[in-house]
Amino acid sequence: MMKLSEMTGIEISKMIKSGEISVKEVLQDTFDRIDKTEKTFNCYVTVDKEYALQQAEKVQKLIDSGDLDDSPLAGVPIAVKDNICVKDKLTTCSSKILYNFKPVYNATVVEKIQKAGMIIIGKTNMDEFAMGSTTETSAFKITKNPWNESKVPGGSSGGSAACIAAKESVIALGSDTGGSIRQPASYCGVTGLKPTYGTVSRYGLVAFASSLDQIGPLGRDALDCAALYEIISGKDEKDATSMEFDKFSFSDIKNYSLKGKKIGVPTSYFGKGLAPDVKQRVLESIEIFKSLGAEVEEFDLDIIKYAVPTYYIIACAEACSNLSRYDGIKYGYSADSKNILDTFIKSRSEGFGLEVKRRIMLGNFVLSSGYYDAYYNKALKAKKLIQDAFFKAFDKYDFLVGPVAPDTAPSIGENLSDPLKMYMADIYTVMINIAGVPALSIPCGVDKGNMPIGLQLIGKPLDEKTILSAAYEFQRNTDFHKQCSPLL
Amino acid sequence: MVITDELVAYLEKLGRIELDDEQRVKTKKDLQDILSYIDTLNELDTDNIEPLSHSFPIFNVFAEDEVKNGDMRDEVLKNAPESQDGCFKVHRTVE
Amino acid sequence: MNYEIVIGLEVHTELSTKRKIFCNCTTQFGGEPNTHVCEICSGMPGTLPVLNKKVVEYAIRTGIATNCDITTNNKFDRKNYFYPDLPKAYQISQLYFPICRNGHIDIIGKDGEEKQVRIHEIHMEEDAGKLIHDDWEDCTLVDYNRCGVPLLEIVSEPDMRSAEEVIDYLTKLRSILQYTGVSDCKMQEGSLRADVNLSVREMGSKEFGTRTEMKNMNSFKAIARAIEYEAQRQIDIIEEGGKVVQETRRWDDANGESYAMRSKEDAQDYKYFPEPDLPPIIIGKEWIESVKNNLPELKDAKKKRYIEQLGLPEYDTGLITDSIHLVRLFEKTSEICKKPKIAANWILGELLMRLNESGKTPEDIDFDDSSLGKIIVMVEEGKISRDTGKKVFKKVFEENVDPEKYVAENNLGLVSDTATLKPVIEDVIAQNEKSVNEYKGGKQQALQYLIGQCMRALRGKAPAQEVQKILKELLDK
Repeated sequence: MMKLSEMTGIEISKMIKSGEISVKEVLQDTFDRIDKTEKTFNCYVTVDKEYALQQAEKVQKLIDSGDLDDSPLAGVPIAVKDNICVKDKLTTCSSKILYNFKPVYNATVVEKIQKAGMIIIGKTNMDEFAMGSTTETSAFKITKNPWNESKVPGGSSGGSAACIAAKESVIALGSDTGGSIRQPASYCGVTGLKPTYGTVSRYGLVAFASSLDQIGPLGRDALDCAALYEIISGKDEKDATSMEFDKFSFSDIKNYSLKGKKIGVPTSYFGKGLAPDVKQRVLESIEIFKSLGAEVEEFDLDIIKYAVPTYYIIACAEACSNLSRYDGIKYGYSADSKNILDTFIKSRSEGFGLEVKRRIMLGNFVLSSGYYDAYYNKALKAKKLIQDAFFKAFDKYDFLVGPVAPDTAPSIGENLSDPLKMYMADIYTVMINIAGVPALSIPCGVDKGNMPIGLQLIGKPLDEKTILSAAYEFQRNTDFHKQCSPLL
Repeated sequence: MVITDELVAYLEKLGRIELDDEQRVKTKKDLQDILSYIDTLNELDTDNIEPLSHSFPIFNVFAEDEVKNGDMRDEVLKNAPESQDGCFKVHRTVE
Repeated sequence: MNYEIVIGLEVHTELSTKRKIFCNCTTQFGGEPNTHVCEICSGMPGTLPVLNKKVVEYAIRTGIATNCDITTNNKFDRKNYFYPDLPKAYQISQLYFPICRNGHIDIIGKDGEEKQVRIHEIHMEEDAGKLIHDDWEDCTLVDYNRCGVPLLEIVSEPDMRSAEEVIDYLTKLRSILQYTGVSDCKMQEGSLRADVNLSVREMGSKEFGTRTEMKNMNSFKAIARAIEYEAQRQIDIIEEGGKVVQETRRWDDANGESYAMRSKEDAQDYKYFPEPDLPPIIIGKEWIESVKNNLPELKDAKKKRYIEQLGLPEYDTGLITDSIHLVRLFEKTSEICKKPKIAANWILGELLMRLNESGKTPEDIDFDDSSLGKIIVMVEEGKISRDTGKKVFKKVFEENVDPEKYVAENNLGLVSDTATLKPVIEDVIAQNEKSVNEYKGGKQQALQYLIGQCMRALRGKAPAQEVQKILKELLDK
């Protein structure tokens, strides 16, 4: 029999439903792996075995009675990023300011995965409030890349990507504001989807930048991600920005042919700064799409050079407002203080890390009187132009392909000292959030140092189906997604 | 845009945060680097472009005027660092 | 030198919706602290607002009633500031695209002529919580019950020139808000509060002087006093060669003076930006038309109808329509008893007397609104006497008893069936031979005496008309 750790969520769920294995046995296998490697990789802020076993008992009954026959991932363990609220369970955003915070309600996605019979095993480490690209800004621990302990797992959903790569979970939820699912997926050799803005409810996702944040799946392959996306997506009356759209069905992605499909390759994604190995693997992947019958054409997406400035203006502006509620009064860290102003300043100064403070200050700057038009409003106009550029491309192409990140995972400590360098590395991912469109990261090989490389597939709004289908076809014909870390 | 010490101090105040001296020096430099880069956005011609605050044209999303919540006081106060008499407790605010 | 006072108002009014503006909590006033609060209005991480549609409808109603243009493309913005009564540290409001603009309300000006006070804008926003200061422990307790109660902020142009004009404007505005059903305007509960912006200038000058702002005033009398005081204070400063400082001042009504508030922060920088969590609201012509068509009857139209269709005297009509609470009671009562004139008489007679006696105003009326109608029906149908009706009403007014139950339980109903009345009346005839003979001799007064005797024997529990009828029948036999 195949080892559980090599199986996808869908395969495991099938085994559970057929009675070959119990939910508890699957959990135990996952816990064994966590016990073995978590000390090394630090994927989780919290692992809650007792809670997982409680859920498993209920879910086993529902599976036995056939109530979860239609749920493709019933009984499958899932890790949840620590900025997604789980009722009565620590939800820290990897920040000292929420070190003891236990939400009094469940995020909509949590309700949905639990209803689908998935078992939450823990909350994953992340960059503090999802601000960062390495998971090093976590206030609690540094997550290591399961392919190489001296490297970062990427971020901000570093824990969610690493726990899959380390086989410490089968599947995970992350959030993506400017690449926070796709980039760590790329660095850790797993598959990750940033859905169309408005397709997955943000209710219960602790906000970083409200107009850009989306929750999405990370998994072993495109099919698992599609199944989880089916479960978590849909209009939610608690999130006014969520959309009505035709129900997505994961099994639809199996009936797709790349023959005659038009793929656009933005030349601007291959400019200077792109590591040669990454470029090479991505170009090879494009050849694979060609060999599967797709037509490939290059086009200009020059507006990319304005993506990072636009992104940081919008994201920091919204963040400085969203993070103002952490004031030491209602929840979380509260510093000893002499007066009310002191409560605010000390709680926030001691509770937030430097990267968060820097972004709060930047956000305050672009919104402050006298600068609003020159920065914030300018960025909203640039946003329009960036979205227009994508829409124009989608008039011609079924989807777009390019790299996820300019290079593979950097060493721990390498980027943290130079924020601008770190921000500029987000160039290929932030544009997608600004435009609101969906994008997927799939493994497409490794570099000379044996670190994974990700390929980005960018789709039309609400057309997750096309990029997931294309990824599924790609993965049926390749085995990059099955390669695993030499450390395991 | 040139970042001055005064501006850094003002931004700290606006965000209700206080940096130590070392952080302040580094932050001033970092903000300067970042803003100089951000200023490249000025090259982009945005004349006659409508600012886009919401990515997709969703509008008129409403809830009906119905009360659905009961008393949740215990839950709301559960995470409070300090509470008293069913209220959050803070230092006396000046009136 | 002669000075002119220039006043503009920012009025905040809490809307009479059931639900808060962005969450499912009740808007009810009072309640134990933090019992009308959920994860959304207490600003828990991860929560999102969803707009109550009724708030938009109420805003449109107010806009129509104040002659405003209704904005087609509406957005909400965040107003960011730190304060313990604001759990998210931002208030969701409207800065860039307020829902109503360019309206006006007609008032009677200083010179007795009608004049317009222009409305600059009306926008929707959420209320903040309440801070309770504990002197004993030297701390502040925070209650979020009021957080998220929907507000309209109605901003006038600086078009008022005296305290009288301001009071007239506020009275008109309150009447509009109440008649449209948008707000109760209960001032003591803070559901109507005004910020007064005031400056003075030399009579005839075109330039505005430096203004001060007095915040959160919630009594007409206090506003009038505060205006007189503040205008004189500014004039005195100028007369002495000084300069008025632009500042926020607090009016201390008990001591009859205002003082500068310690500024929370030097310059407020609210960092407004579009609220990303709420999609835009597009208000098309059809929506506006449908609100217009369903607009409740406003004061002037009501007055006209009462006079022309119900035949009420103009004076009575004026008294009733001055208070929405009297209007509501009047309409409910008329609906039940079908006799508007009689309903009006009871309200202007018995009710106003009881209110006066108890030092209350119409908005304090707390008895069931169908009670008065039920009393009138009983009186008019002869089930109880008018005097009993008044007594029952007193009980209703004081204790909110159910009038029908009260009459039954205390056996106050009149007996009107002949079978019961006849033997009693026959008894009275037998015992008053002298009067009977006088009556038969043509002395009409004797009949009155006999009726009185009958009523006494019946302890007042029979309709006088019925008694007289039976008595005459028996005597004339």
